[in-house]
Amino acid sequence: MAEYRRLEVKEVGDVTVVYFRDQKILDDLNIQELGQELNHLVEVENCKKLVLNFTTVEFLSSSALGKLITLEKKVKNTGGILKLCEIQPEILEVFTITKLDRLFKIHPSEADALAAF
Amino acid sequence: MPESSWIWIREHCVPSNYEAARAIRDELISELENHDWGKREIFGVHLALEEALANAIKHGNQEDEAKRIHAILRLSEDRVQIVIADEGEGFDYYHLPDPTDKQHREKPSGRGVLLMEKFMDRVEFNERGNRVLLEKRRLFAD
Repeated sequence: MAEYRRLEVKEVGDVTVVYFRDQKILDDLNIQELGQELNHLVEVENCKKLVLNFTTVEFLSSSALGKLITLEKKVKNTGGILKLCEIQPEILEVFTITKLDRLFKIHPSEADALAAF
Repeated sequence: MPESSWIWIREHCVPSNYEAARAIRDELISELENHDWGKREIFGVHLALEEALANAIKHGNQEDEAKRIHAILRLSEDRVQIVIADEGEGFDYYHLPDPTDKQHREKPSGRGVLLMEKFMDRVEFNERGNRVLLEKRRLFAD
């Protein structure tokens, strides 16, 4: 598995669990880089089962949401599954307001997300 | 609201880049923290300001650093007011597609204005659509 500047990645069985190094996912350049690294996991590393763990994330903007939507499409197109977990209440509200909670599979904990595959 | 009611006012005219935007954002968030605003309130103001600045840089000024972002930040005991203006063509605020509609939900952009409206108490664009006023009242705990 490659080294990433914005992500920490671990394997749990055949599932790839991804953590974010940044507490605040902000600034266009960082978000572009984050998007590239997420895409790399699907397009180059060929990860089919992905869990994004948001436990460290205190803030994200709509631009970051856009990268997650793009990732979700890529994963779906390769026949994979993407799950999100451990999203803090304020950020979960962003997903609810935008109705992206209907697009993404969101689980309260990493254990729940892993058990749901 | 009379100018005398504001306890803190800052005005900025900066180039259209993310570093300048970050300085504006950090200045206001720091001031809200100094005045003990709640975590959720700060999150909402932060998000709305972030979206307004990103819109101004990206969509308004088309990332042209020769064009300026104008920002006014005002704080009173019970509210925060933000004005962000760019030098772009503006947009038609009244005919934005609803990003929560099923047909738009998978688009990667177009949610900034919705988030401003949901997290702030007042969102007003000028007619041209290149200036936005955001306001949020503070909720005091009992």
